[in-house]
Amino acid sequence: MSDLPLIQADRAVPPPATTTSRGGRGRRLRLLSRTDRVVITLMVLVPLLLVVGLVWLPALATVALSGTNWDGIGPLSEIDWVGARNYDDVVNNYPPFMPAVQNNLLWLAALFVVATPFGMFLAVLLDKELRGSRFYQTALYLPVVLSLALIGFVWQLIYSRDQGLLNAVLGGDTDWYGDPHVNIWAVLFAAGWRHVGYIMLLYLAGLKGVDPSLREAAAVDGSSEASTFFRVVFPVMRPINIIVLVVTVIESLRAFDLVWVINKGRNGLELLSALVTANVVGEASRIGFGSALATIMLVVSLVFITLYLFTVMREDRR
Amino acid sequence: MSTAILTRKPAATTPAPNRRPLRPARVVLHLFLAAVAIGWLFPILWAVLTSLRSYEYTASHGYVSLGGWTLDNYVTAWKTAEFGKHFLNSVYITVPAVLLTLFLASCVAFVIARFSWKLNIVLLGLFTAANLLPQQALLIPLFRLFTQVPLPEWMSDSELLYDSYWGLILVNVAFQCGFCVFVLSNYMKALPHELYEAAMVDGASVWRQYWQVTMPLCRPALAALATLEVTWIYNEFFWATVLMRTGDKFPVTSSLNNLRGEFFTDNNLVSAGSVLVAIPTLVIFFLLQKQFVRGLTLGASKG
Repeated sequence: MSDLPLIQADRAVPPPATTTSRGGRGRRLRLLSRTDRVVITLMVLVPLLLVVGLVWLPALATVALSGTNWDGIGPLSEIDWVGARNYDDVVNNYPPFMPAVQNNLLWLAALFVVATPFGMFLAVLLDKELRGSRFYQTALYLPVVLSLALIGFVWQLIYSRDQGLLNAVLGGDTDWYGDPHVNIWAVLFAAGWRHVGYIMLLYLAGLKGVDPSLREAAAVDGSSEASTFFRVVFPVMRPINIIVLVVTVIESLRAFDLVWVINKGRNGLELLSALVTANVVGEASRIGFGSALATIMLVVSLVFITLYLFTVMREDRR
Repeated sequence: MSTAILTRKPAATTPAPNRRPLRPARVVLHLFLAAVAIGWLFPILWAVLTSLRSYEYTASHGYVSLGGWTLDNYVTAWKTAEFGKHFLNSVYITVPAVLLTLFLASCVAFVIARFSWKLNIVLLGLFTAANLLPQQALLIPLFRLFTQVPLPEWMSDSELLYDSYWGLILVNVAFQCGFCVFVLSNYMKALPHELYEAAMVDGASVWRQYWQVTMPLCRPALAALATLEVTWIYNEFFWATVLMRTGDKFPVTSSLNNLRGEFFTDNNLVSAGSVLVAIPTLVIFFLLQKQFVRGLTLGASKG
């Protein structure tokens, strides 16, 4: 927060010549009429209440509930504090937990190691002024407008055992969505299909922002196209790189729709998000236990959200 | 952050067509990109193709064939899955949610951009981060909250926030506000400050400065965000799945979940249903492509 004065200096209203000033903030506040102050308060307060009430307080409540044994039905007075027992149960007595963690990590790895570099590669290719570039771009990010739930359906036409294209072409009889040995890969392929277009779009915008004289200078120095990219362009795009990293992590952590429409996240498609949901809306609603799972997600995501905030806010200030 | 990126245009868009002979490297590049692009479109084209063929024909000839053209799948899918009703539900949720999100977010963004208070950065962080939290992590308390808050019967026949459009609208607004606050405050900070000085000399109140000075200038950003938010809220799956109970009230995207059972054995119906659900977003995409892309790159934060 040490950069704060910097923004203030940027935004400060120059004092009207006649005002005898007494410190920046108080002065500006006094210029506002009472109605103005009420209006400003309302403009901030109403949205803030909504976001705090429906996002931040529930997030805190999740953390608090994760230390209790509440069954979700009884009155709040019957809650007992059980410390870390829920976490212990999650890790040691809950068979789907480890597969879910593995699948979430696999999801992250697949997006990060395959889909993201591929999207970046395509952006670099499309950044050259090519004829028909617009068509290629449109085709690549078309999947981005489809919901992941819908993508589950679209790919069913390819993966289905009896009516799918893949088996018709390969002649096998694999149930690509049903077989726990292969279904996570099938799902990841569909998720990656969408992710590539999104990353391509972000990098394409990033590349357009790179100062062309940097590249020219590198070319004059006799640097090859590839080494110019890795040594000059890529490092300059650092903010975009961090944003893409965070987007990829958050997407892998929030992955839900696709597995939920396929089989509610069971049988090879376990994901943390699906386990939390199953523990709350399922028949056996285990609140404390589900909250412990949710808290784990929350903590992981907050680490990356913080990284994100630092990156974008520093960018803002430049 | 990317406003800076966007204002810088790609270097010198050459107006004259490139007359140089195509180098072999270019040909390879085009072939590669064309192959990828067609590969990328393929799943969608395949869905369209399958939806136009009768089940009997594909059942006997296999899917790798041509023929059996019909539109019946669409008629059947529309009736069986009651898409008319679900599309209407999506409208009931998406339209108010998008308008409310843009209004509330622009209010906060205006205050953040217009005044320089110490809390601004905290405020911006609170809103932006809220948009990135995993929804499932908030599910348990929200689910309990929604089942406890009563609504009068004229607002929802469930008489609860749970299983009502109001609840879904609120939760979508709360979640989407952060992204819009972030994008709009950046956009508003780039507006010249002299505007407000002039407005203040004219004695314009804060509300008039917001509504008559700032908002008209933010039209491009608002259009981009509206396009994006319509797509996202229309595509929203999780909240409607867990905070709704009555099958008749589900918006389109979440009603897909029930569709799976009904269409289980008939892929041609599944594909017709998928195409129907995709149509609104595809129309938005093709009509407002520029807005959509600009919105995504303006914020560069979410998918």
